[in-house]
Amino acid sequence: MENNLITEDKQKNKLEKAFEILKTMASKPSGLIGLTIVLFHVVLALTSPYIAPYDYKAISPNTMLLAPSAEHWFGTDSLGRDVFTRTILGGRTALTVTFFGSLIALLWGGLLGIFCGLVGGKIDDVVMRVVDAFLSIPWILAMLLIVSLLGTSTEVLIPALGFFYGKGIVRVARAATHDVIAKDFIVSARARGHSNMSIIWNEIIPNVRDAILVEGAMRWSWMLLGFSSLSFLGFGVSPPTPDWGLMISNARGLMSFAYWSVIAPIVGLSSLIIGINLTADAFAKALGIDRSTKAPV
Amino acid sequence: MNEIIESVKNLSIGFNSQKGKQISILRNVSTNIKKGETVGIVGESGSGKSTLALAMMGYIKQGLFHLKGECLFKSEDLLKMSSRQLEKIRGRKIAMIPQNAGQALTPNLKIGYQIDEALRLHTDLKKTERDKKISELLNKVRLPSPETMAFRYPHELSGGQQQRVAVAMALAGKPDLLLLDEPTTGLDVTTQAHVLELLRFIAKDTGTSMIYVSHDLGAIAQVSDRIVVMYAGEIVLEGPARKILKEPIHPYTYGLLKSIPKLSLAGLPASMPGSQPQPGSINEGCSFYDRCNLANDNCKKNSPDLEHIKELDTNVRCFNYKELINQNNNLQTSITKKTNNSEANEVLKLKDVSISYAKQKFFDQLLNKISDQNPTVKDINIDIKKGETIALVGESGSGKSTILKSIAGLLKTKDGQIKFENDRILSSDLKMRNPNDLRAIQLIFQNPDESLNPNHTVEQILSQPLKLYFNLSGEELKKNIIDLLKKVRLGEFYMSRYPRQLSGGEKQRVAVARAFAAKPDIILCDEVTSALDVSVQAAVLNLLQQLKEDLGTTYVFVSHDLAVVRAISDRVAVLYQGRLCEIGPSQNVYKFPSHPYTEVLLGAVLEPDPDIKPKLVAEDIVEEKPPEKGCSFQGRCPRKIGDICNSEVPPWQIGENGNAIRCHINIEELASLQQ
Repeated sequence: MENNLITEDKQKNKLEKAFEILKTMASKPSGLIGLTIVLFHVVLALTSPYIAPYDYKAISPNTMLLAPSAEHWFGTDSLGRDVFTRTILGGRTALTVTFFGSLIALLWGGLLGIFCGLVGGKIDDVVMRVVDAFLSIPWILAMLLIVSLLGTSTEVLIPALGFFYGKGIVRVARAATHDVIAKDFIVSARARGHSNMSIIWNEIIPNVRDAILVEGAMRWSWMLLGFSSLSFLGFGVSPPTPDWGLMISNARGLMSFAYWSVIAPIVGLSSLIIGINLTADAFAKALGIDRSTKAPV
Repeated sequence: MNEIIESVKNLSIGFNSQKGKQISILRNVSTNIKKGETVGIVGESGSGKSTLALAMMGYIKQGLFHLKGECLFKSEDLLKMSSRQLEKIRGRKIAMIPQNAGQALTPNLKIGYQIDEALRLHTDLKKTERDKKISELLNKVRLPSPETMAFRYPHELSGGQQQRVAVAMALAGKPDLLLLDEPTTGLDVTTQAHVLELLRFIAKDTGTSMIYVSHDLGAIAQVSDRIVVMYAGEIVLEGPARKILKEPIHPYTYGLLKSIPKLSLAGLPASMPGSQPQPGSINEGCSFYDRCNLANDNCKKNSPDLEHIKELDTNVRCFNYKELINQNNNLQTSITKKTNNSEANEVLKLKDVSISYAKQKFFDQLLNKISDQNPTVKDINIDIKKGETIALVGESGSGKSTILKSIAGLLKTKDGQIKFENDRILSSDLKMRNPNDLRAIQLIFQNPDESLNPNHTVEQILSQPLKLYFNLSGEELKKNIIDLLKKVRLGEFYMSRYPRQLSGGEKQRVAVARAFAAKPDIILCDEVTSALDVSVQAAVLNLLQQLKEDLGTTYVFVSHDLAVVRAISDRVAVLYQGRLCEIGPSQNVYKFPSHPYTEVLLGAVLEPDPDIKPKLVAEDIVEEKPPEKGCSFQGRCPRKIGDICNSEVPPWQIGENGNAIRCHINIEELASLQQ
């Protein structure tokens, strides 16, 4: 409590604030590791087309299943393609699809949750029961249905993933809204006669934004896993596009004697997921909404 | 009696700021607690009083560090002990009673079990002995039917009863020293008086030393033998309770005592300028320098030491204390306020208003009616004149805030009408009101921490009503905001601050400014000063009065604090269980004859004067529901005359002073009974 008494007189603009948060995140080893991994993956995804040593779709019977060497760092796969090239390119689709998917999930889930939290009553009841019903459907089956009906293009995958991962955010946003809704500043805005939209925009969103963003970051890592599972099952992106899920699926039968072609994409995928998770945790801690605080003794 | 059981020597506690600077929040504190003595530690929030009290049981909050000094309990330093050693002392030798017993008790364990747990830890008694001890303890803290009390859960008890259980638990280990951290702060006035009476009795009966920490000089005055006044982490005055309260020789204590509203004074209390400096902001000079009217150049440069004055048995930290000796007769003064002219028109009328919290049944929902025979608030008739301040007074559950919400349109009424200006009926539903009516009635809330959006700057907060009602923007908006800030005595530079960067008083000023931004006719004040420190409370009350005199606003002022109400209001309505008991001009309500409930309330007020003891005329029972018929106060009335109180609603009687009382006892008889 006494810590709060020290206040900074200087006003910070938004950029400085964002920098401050990043600094706090990086001040702990777990946050620093997470940020580094995510940054590494993003930079790789941006630059990989220019640094890839081979053509990702060049099939060559002469170089089938070569072990890692100076020429092929991560070896080659069953069609003779360079695994290193395909691994560094494999993150691009996954990152793009899941990033935009998460944005969509955040938007619709967050707004619907805030709205339900604010209006309450029957509308809230009905919407939440529908969300519950969707939560009870195994999403992968529903996804398979959508993908087999509409195809596997990114235009289908992004909104579909965004929809399925957003329903969890509805609950988080609604709960966060309930935390602030009983506060007097909302009552005060109501008594003044502000419209619901104005209350949501001015009073609620600034107070629930952090909680929803953290939840969105967590969803991003889950979506990444979900997207790769789809590819693994053959319902994600179509060959010969390099993709981690697809690469694991193709190489898993040869695991016993050509382990290199399956290990590289697994490391890529899991490191990115761990990185995002660590970053999200550090983000939550930096914003001060981490619930796992130690009890005072 | 003169044996010292705990002594604090040169204790400093601090923390490291984000910039890595070391900041102390307790500076060189030294004091002694004698055996059997009750010491009151008083100070405003942030003065370090709780930190000191906790250090006295060897506990330093997370994030804080022990810088220097020692806490000697029976000549052993608590701050150097291992947690094993401390375990043996805490509970057995030093016990603590927390502020909020409701949160300190485990909700899913029975009261008896929780006391038994304390006994098992701190004594070597056997099971049967412990059982006997439990009922003994429950008896000692005067809980009703102690036999069955042990089998109840905490939530089945009222706030006062929970606090008594906490006292019983603390007494289980027969401690030598009891630490009480604001033990009565969340309680109702009558309950508070009862709990304090109990504590005083226990101190005398068991010979336990007590350290009583509070911001409330009224409570401190009732229990303490000696008082320690803290300011900005230092002891500024220490001495016998009577001396401190009657003849304070430190300017801070003097100002503090003057800023407390008193029942005997009709006007507003004098306020102290400024607020307590934040830890780390004082580099040289006296910490009270900028608020002190005795200050001179010496005070700016040098900080005074705690000086012992033998003839007064007092320690004081001031260079100029001599100026305050023998001139304290003017403690009993107040600022007279302008009263409104009584011929003004009525601006708001409540006619037969009833409000129910009962859930509508399905059938009633279809017919859009509320069928509750015994609503929370019933038959409220109040006419409010333009420019007056009317206060609604009562304990928690009296329906005072409920009525306020209904006027604001936040709660639908069951029956009755709210009439605004020229007898126009105002819908009790917010959505049905037109924007101009919404503008005309504004609310100020109890806790500015909750009523200001933490993510908005002061500028954003104040621009909300200006944009909504007057469509202002750009330069004009900014000019209006600066004007508003000036009105509440805040500078222009506050515009870019966030609420967390303001002190409690400043926050409440912003809330006041926001209400006035709408240019309202009526402002509803819901316990607006109860979350504030005393010196700040006086300033806010004075500000509200000043604004009212300048702008002719009408206030509906809800409070549980009768002294505050006495200071600010022109008229008072006393409520019990959602029914009106008494209404009249404030100077008359505070005189006899009064309704028995008003009498109970007035008797329980704690004044910062050791000579004025509260009169406890009624039990502090908490009734959950208003009685279905008869007088609302029948359950607790000390003057109940018989069956008629239970069966018939008492008639209104108008006293010669002009106050109306709702009681079966004849008003003249009531007057002679109360004399």
